[in-house]
Amino acid sequence: MLKIRSLTKTFFPGTPNEVRALRGIDLDLADGCFAAIIGTNGSGKSTLLNAVAGTFLPDTGTLELDGHTITDWPEHRRATLVGRVFQNPFAGTAAEMSIAENIVLATRRGQPRGLGFALSHKTRDEIADRIRSLKMGLEDRLENPIGTLSGGQRQALTLLMATWLRPKLLLLDEHTAALDPKSAAQVAVLTKEIVTREKLTALMVTHSMQQAVQLPDRIIMMHHGNIVEDYSGERRARVRTDDLMHAFDRVRRRDLFDSTVAETVLPQYA
Amino acid sequence: MTLVIGAFTIGFILSLLALGMLISFRIQRYCDITVDGSITLGASTAAVLLVHGWSPWAATLVACLAGSAAGAVTGLLHTKFRIQELLSGILTMTALYSINLRVMGRSNVPLLDVPTLADGPEKLLRKLAGGAEALNVAGWAVPTRDLAMLLTVFVAVAAVAIALRFFLLTHLGTIIRAAGENAQMARAQGADDKRMLVFGLAVSNALVALAGAMLAQYQGFADVQMGIGMMVWGLASIIIGEALTGKCSPGMAIVGAIMGTILFRLLIAIALRWGLDPNDLKLVTAAFVFAALVLPSWFGRLGRRIFGGRHA
Repeated sequence: MLKIRSLTKTFFPGTPNEVRALRGIDLDLADGCFAAIIGTNGSGKSTLLNAVAGTFLPDTGTLELDGHTITDWPEHRRATLVGRVFQNPFAGTAAEMSIAENIVLATRRGQPRGLGFALSHKTRDEIADRIRSLKMGLEDRLENPIGTLSGGQRQALTLLMATWLRPKLLLLDEHTAALDPKSAAQVAVLTKEIVTREKLTALMVTHSMQQAVQLPDRIIMMHHGNIVEDYSGERRARVRTDDLMHAFDRVRRRDLFDSTVAETVLPQYA
Repeated sequence: MTLVIGAFTIGFILSLLALGMLISFRIQRYCDITVDGSITLGASTAAVLLVHGWSPWAATLVACLAGSAAGAVTGLLHTKFRIQELLSGILTMTALYSINLRVMGRSNVPLLDVPTLADGPEKLLRKLAGGAEALNVAGWAVPTRDLAMLLTVFVAVAAVAIALRFFLLTHLGTIIRAAGENAQMARAQGADDKRMLVFGLAVSNALVALAGAMLAQYQGFADVQMGIGMMVWGLASIIIGEALTGKCSPGMAIVGAIMGTILFRLLIAIALRWGLDPNDLKLVTAAFVFAALVLPSWFGRLGRRIFGGRHA
């Protein structure tokens, strides 16, 4: 479904602030696979997600999704194939517009929008029905500005919007990180539910080891702009939170090791 | 009475300006200074075409198209060439000053004995009133010509307001509103927010130019200076309108902008009647907008202090 080939991105090239955020990523995501990306801060996991979403264009490499080469597609065009939920609960909705109006936007994601009346009674009923399935009591508040809702409620609605039209790929960028623990758990459960029911292909960045172990079919660990671990199939089934923590330690130690080795070894060659 | 009729007529004409600015300033949250130039562009284009014997309808339509082109240029300067929001408006506005002089060939075009949009309604009124030069409105004799003009601009504003309200509730209108509030979200829903901005500014400035075209026909001249300060006037109208109807739905915002403009014009008419020097008008308006922007939060703080912070 998603095919990433030797993708690189360097921010601020040629300056002291140069960041080699992606250093040749190769990744294949099978149809219907739900993968999580974990990694230390600055490992490039969010950058990878944004590269797929089209927030910026990569320096080199190719992106292929559902048979389309989307490497050069601008962000809004990729939205025809991709549904997104952001880390910031306020980023995915327009605060002053009503719940119904926000959702009606998602019913035309990536499709031409004409001069038809946006909120017909039929659409409104359909929206109420699907919001009822969230069991948050929001179906009676369709006319309220979405800005009056809590972060958790907004994130649940953003998730609903991202999957209203079945996306070829669902991108979740630490979408529970900014929520209180209870809402975070709620949204995590909802995510699993929707992804499983709709058999979605999804890529989720997360900082929560617990989430990484519970939700996805596959766990990818990134470090310094590279993929360093990839748990899938049999290996994924056996992995526990501790294993992931050890993997983190391992890459960190290797960092440390590299520099110490360099120090001890270099004088001998000098 | 003439004063009131005049205030209403100018009020309705400038409502079109306020509605245009409602799109750019409020819906798209884009501080568009092009307005000062595009209202003059509308006036000068319409005036020159009228002098050359065009029909008022065609002249007004071309004026709108010219205005939308000006708005699109500002939008493209901002989106394609990444010039700051304010600066792109200023560039277009400055360029328009010369363009307006080019269009008119001089700094002022009088419209004497040329047909205007009000001719049709005037004929109709005369037929209804049996050819009277003046009509009795609440005990006052009002020239038929003035009434016809008022009727014309009222119909124009009503048509624009209704069309705008329905447009904002369509699929396209909804995504334009969303893009103004949260561009990131609009992109994630597959909308090209930059194209939306250019389109919105084009529509906005078309309405502003329409106001200019009608203003020229009402005043009987187009002048290269007439646009100066118009943006602040429009802003004042929008702020009054928001105080009257609140910011809730697009429909109420539209009604508010129209009511705000008319109330503002009535206040100005009264102030002028009381002896306010017309030269001070723009200073007073600027002071008013300042007060409207600053006072609400100031009063809020004062209120909290008095009521012991219960509303904090």
